[in-house]
Amino acid sequence: MNHDEQATWQRHCPVPVPLDGERITLAHGEGGRVMRKFIRESIVSSLGDEVLHSMGDATHLPQIDGRLAFTTDSFVVSPLFFPGGNIGSLSVYGTVNDLAVSGARPLYLALSLILEEGLPLAIVDRVLESVAQAAVATSARIVTGDTKVVPRGMADGLFINTTGVGQLIGPVPPGPSSLCEGDELIVTGPIGQHGIAVMCAREELSLEPPPQSDSGSLVRVAVLLREQLGTRLRTMRDATRGGVTAVLHEWAEASQHTLTISQADIPISPSVRGACELLGLDPLHVANEGTLVAAVEQGFADLALRALHSCPESVGAARIGRVEQRGFAPVTIRRTLGPDQPLDDPTGAPLPRIC
Amino acid sequence: MKYLDEYRDPIAARKLLAEIRRCATRPWTLMEVCGGQTHGLLRHGIDVELEDTVELIHGPGCPVCVTPSEAIDFAQQLAMTDDVILTSFGDMLRVPGSGRSLLDVRASGGRVRTVYSPLDAVDLAKRHPQEEVVFFAVGFETTAPATALAVKQAARDGVDNFSLLVAHVRVQPAMEAIVQLPDNRVQAFLAAGHVCTVMGYESYEPFVDTHKLPVVVTGFEPLDLLDGILAAVRQLESGEARVENQYGRSARREGNIAAQDIVHEVYECSDREWRGFGVIPRGGLRLRDEWGRFDARQRFPAGIALPIVESTLCRSADVLAGRIKPTECSAFGTSCTPESPLGAPMVSSEGACAAYMSYRPRRQPQTT
Repeated sequence: MNHDEQATWQRHCPVPVPLDGERITLAHGEGGRVMRKFIRESIVSSLGDEVLHSMGDATHLPQIDGRLAFTTDSFVVSPLFFPGGNIGSLSVYGTVNDLAVSGARPLYLALSLILEEGLPLAIVDRVLESVAQAAVATSARIVTGDTKVVPRGMADGLFINTTGVGQLIGPVPPGPSSLCEGDELIVTGPIGQHGIAVMCAREELSLEPPPQSDSGSLVRVAVLLREQLGTRLRTMRDATRGGVTAVLHEWAEASQHTLTISQADIPISPSVRGACELLGLDPLHVANEGTLVAAVEQGFADLALRALHSCPESVGAARIGRVEQRGFAPVTIRRTLGPDQPLDDPTGAPLPRIC
Repeated sequence: MKYLDEYRDPIAARKLLAEIRRCATRPWTLMEVCGGQTHGLLRHGIDVELEDTVELIHGPGCPVCVTPSEAIDFAQQLAMTDDVILTSFGDMLRVPGSGRSLLDVRASGGRVRTVYSPLDAVDLAKRHPQEEVVFFAVGFETTAPATALAVKQAARDGVDNFSLLVAHVRVQPAMEAIVQLPDNRVQAFLAAGHVCTVMGYESYEPFVDTHKLPVVVTGFEPLDLLDGILAAVRQLESGEARVENQYGRSARREGNIAAQDIVHEVYECSDREWRGFGVIPRGGLRLRDEWGRFDARQRFPAGIALPIVESTLCRSADVLAGRIKPTECSAFGTSCTPESPLGAPMVSSEGACAAYMSYRPRRQPQTT
C-alpha cells in the first residue's frame, strides 16, 4: 500500500492509525508478539513461500545434485527507491546475478532485513512486494530470513542482506585466467545506468527523462550465452561496483593480458552520457546492476551478439574490445584520436568536478 | 549528443592537427591555464599528436591544487569542532593538508559532508539550527558567484549559523605571476573558457599589450582545444599578440555581468597565498567587511596553528608553475599515487598529475 492509498483508506475508516501510517518500532524486532505478527503478516505473507510459514530456526532443504555455488551480498542503497528499481528488487537480482554469472542456476535465497526505527511500514511492504516479484522472475525461492530493528539514527532506513545458493550447471565457464589473445569482449547493454539513476535520485538532479537503473535479472542472459557458446564462453561477470573498468582490470590481472576497448563501441544511453558529462564521471567507472561483461573466443562474438539481441534483457549488447598480449597497461582504451591510452582503475568514489 | 559530438569529431580533429603542423614553422610553447583543459588534452592524446610541433605546459588552473595547506588544516580543525558541520565540494575531500585529508578526518569522527552546491549548505544550516555549517569555498571565478549567492541567501533568510571558509582564487593574477617568473617559457596562453564565461576577457587586453603574448580563450573539448592551439600558433607565426575568443559559444568579451555583480557585491580582491607559488598579489577573493559575519575565519578563532609540513619529495609547485611535467617528479607514480597522494595535483579531478596518472602509462616503482 503506498502513501496515497493509505490516505484514502483513512478517510473512510476511523481506525486510530497515525496520519502518516504505522511505523517500525523497536518492538518489531524484539522477539515478542509484535515481532511475530509483523513477520507473519508483513513478511511471510508478502513473500508467499510455504516453507517460511513454519517460522523455524532453520529451513530444511531437499537434496541438491552436484556442486553448489554460494554467495552473499549486502544492500545499503540510498535512496531506497530509484527510477527502475528499489532496494528490494536490487537485493534479489544482485545475489541471483552473482550466481548466474558464476555458472549456477539460482535456487534458494536467505533474506535479512535491518530496519531503522521509525521507517513507515508501508515502505517495508512495498520493498517486500518487489522482493517477491523479483524472486518469482528469477525462479529463486526465499526460504529463510531474519529481521532486526535498530534505534533511529543507527541505520539509513533499511539495509538488506541476501545470501544465495545455486546449482552449478556444467560446463562452467573456465574463468578469467583462461583469457587468450584475440578473445572478444562484449557488454550486454548500455552501461552506467544504475549508478547514474541512483545518483540523480539521491541528489535530486532533475534530468529529463530521469536515467533508469538497469537493475534486473541476468539469469536468462547468462543461460543464453552458455547455451550458444558452450566452452567458447571464457568468462562473464556482472559489472557492479567499479563498473566495466573494474571487471576489465580484474580480468587483466588474472590473465596477465591487456584488455583493450574502443570508446566508440561502448553502448551508453544519451541520459547517462549527459549526466556523466555534467558530473565529470566516466560511465566506464559507474555501477551496473543488470549488465554483464563477457569474454568469448575469437570469432564467436557475432554468434553471441545475435543470441543476445534476441533477448529483451540484452538487446543493447555490443562488442567493445578484445584481449591482446600484455602491453604498456593492463586495460587500454582508444578515444577520439589515437593512440591507445591506459584506462585507470577508479580510485575512491567518483567525485564531481568543481569548476 | 548535440553540442558535444560535433566537438569530438575525429575527422575534423585530424584536419585541425594537420593545419597546426602545417602552420608551425618552429616549435612553440603554449600554456593551457585550466586543469580541465589539461585533462582534455591528455585524454584525447592531443599533446602526443603535437609532440614535435607545440609544447603544452600545464598551468595552475586547479583551484583545489593551489589551496594552501593552512586552509585545509583549518577546515579539518573545524570539522573536528563540536557542533560544526564542514561542507565542501567532493573534489576537496581527498586533498592532503599538512598531513591528513578531510576524508581521513571524517573517518576519525569529523563531520564532513559533500554538497553539490553551496546553496545546499545553506539548506543544511536551516535544517540544523543548533549547529554551525561551514562551506569550504574553493574555486576560481567560476564558483565564486554561487558562494556569493549562498551568503546573500543566508542573509536574506536570517540563517546565522552558516559561514564560508573562503579560499577563492583569481586566474589572471596567477598568469601575471607566471610571465614574471625568471625562467618563464610560455609564449602564448590558452585562457580558461569557463572563467572567461563569467569574467569576460576584456581584462586580458592590457595583459596582452604589456606582455606581448597571445591569449586565446579556449574551451575543453578536443576541437575547442585544437582550434585554440591553431589560433595561438597563427598569432605566434605572424608575430601578433591579441586576445582571441575561440569559445564564442559560451564566453563573451564582457562576461556574465549579473554573476560579476554578485561576486563584486560580496567579495573584494585580496592578496592570497597559492600553494606552491607563495603570495600572489590580488590573487584571491575575501568577503567584504559588511559580510564579515559569514566569514568562518572571524567566527571561529583559529586553533593552535600546526606547523605546515609540505612533502620534500612532492614537486607540485614546479608542476603548477609549468616548470616540469608531472612525470619529471621522482615521486610521481612511486611514492605519490592517487591512492596515497603527496600533493593535491595527484588527486584533484583537474590536477595535472592525476591527468598523467589516468591517461599515460604508469611508471614502474623504483627502488631508490
